[in-house]
Amino acid sequence: MSTSVLFDAPGPKARRRARILSIIGIVAIAALVAWIIFTLASPRITANGVEQPGVFDPSRWDIFTDLALWRGVGTAVINTLRMAGVAAAGAIVVGILFSFGRTANTAWVRVPVTVVLEFFRGMPVLLMMLFILLIFRTGSYWAGVLALAIYNGAIIGEILRAGIASLPRGQRESGLAIGLSPVQTRMRIEFPQAFRQMLPIIIAQLVVLLKDTSLAYIISYPELLRLITNNLSNYYGNRYFFPLFFLCFVIYLALNLTLSFIARRVARRTAGGYVKKGKAKFEAPNVGVGGGSVPL
Amino acid sequence: MDAVIDFLPVLLRGFGTTLLLLLIAGVGAFVVGLIIAAMRISPVASLRAFATVYTEVLRNTPLTLVLFFCAFVLPYLGVRTEYFILACIGLTAYTSPFIAEAIRSGVNGVAIGQAEAARSLGLDFGQTLRIIVLPQAVRMVIPPLINVYIALTKNTSVAGGFFVAELFLSGRDIINSRGDAVFAILFSVAFLYLIITIPLGRIAAVVERKVAILR
Repeated sequence: MSTSVLFDAPGPKARRRARILSIIGIVAIAALVAWIIFTLASPRITANGVEQPGVFDPSRWDIFTDLALWRGVGTAVINTLRMAGVAAAGAIVVGILFSFGRTANTAWVRVPVTVVLEFFRGMPVLLMMLFILLIFRTGSYWAGVLALAIYNGAIIGEILRAGIASLPRGQRESGLAIGLSPVQTRMRIEFPQAFRQMLPIIIAQLVVLLKDTSLAYIISYPELLRLITNNLSNYYGNRYFFPLFFLCFVIYLALNLTLSFIARRVARRTAGGYVKKGKAKFEAPNVGVGGGSVPL
Repeated sequence: MDAVIDFLPVLLRGFGTTLLLLLIAGVGAFVVGLIIAAMRISPVASLRAFATVYTEVLRNTPLTLVLFFCAFVLPYLGVRTEYFILACIGLTAYTSPFIAEAIRSGVNGVAIGQAEAARSLGLDFGQTLRIIVLPQAVRMVIPPLINVYIALTKNTSVAGGFFVAELFLSGRDIINSRGDAVFAILFSVAFLYLIITIPLGRIAAVVERKVAILR
């Protein structure tokens, strides 16, 4: 913690000031929250002239006792997880292939793979989904899965490459010295270490992948957001639009926070691996902005 | 190819909108991110807590959900404005915690002795940050910041799913009228994204190398 260095242990005057500021902060935040709650709670006239009770009115939450709703939610969660799971497995496979291609000794392999990697990493996943959907006519599920697998595979490939590069040279040299072929050295000596080293970052990238499954909303795949806010909201009526959106938000938050938590645990457990200090550029897992944590 | 040439004005208008989104959301997110980062390292506990919650919640929410909130839920709650402005709000909100984190990790990355030396010279919190820590942090922050902006460039495409006629949606619209040239159109859309992202990535790599030599 460098923060404690930035300011003195506060004296009585500073403590008072900090307390006053803290109270002002709390009041400001509380006012904001109160305003939001008030806005939500006040009844509203909708476009077609019907008055709707406020969001906290029980009549707007009563569908949550309906079992059919929860079945719908279950389907939605499964649809999202199904896409994320298959795409994650695919992304790891693609990533391993890319990392081998990128670190190949022959320029004939390395250069084209590098160009393809740059291409995949530089364009939006959404565009790739549309591309696969329209060109290969795969249906929205496979369009989503393939686009996510290729895009995140390209990023994971780059992460693994950095992992291999951060290993001490002696690992490769001793592998070769005991008579393993270059391919064997890569597969049996370097790669397992790199994979283990980079596991936390790979998991962080998989959190990004899970978040990005929501992009399939735009290509009409019935994942969490679409199924809950479109299908269910159409079925139950516009009155439940906000509660349903809120439910969706909570589910996403729960899923992602759980995965992030696991990523942090794994990071702590694999910490202290066998890597040259300062060479491994990657920091602790950080749920990426959607572009991945690797410099392009 | 003729489809691309025919619709080049539409495509370029979309490109312009994408750049505008990038500019507005980029500047907005930088300002908000800076404030959030300052709150996270400030001595006032309530601000710190607020900034932490803000960062964690927004970072773990998918962008689609954030933009959905802006495009559908905000108007539902009574905010009436254009989809373009709503998308700017959404992209700003979504990007700001990543900027805040990049800045914060830069500040934490400055060797602790620097701050200690500044403090022992008698500089206070503001002076330490302004004169000693931030000038050094800025250099370390630039490459990750550029990466955030690369991601933002790609993320603007999501706004296309919420009625903002940027590059992605323009491409989609053109495909609707010229279904025979899907490949060429999508390829030119991808190309237009790449001419933003790849140079940015190169700059980030160069800056990173420069900073590494200086340290």
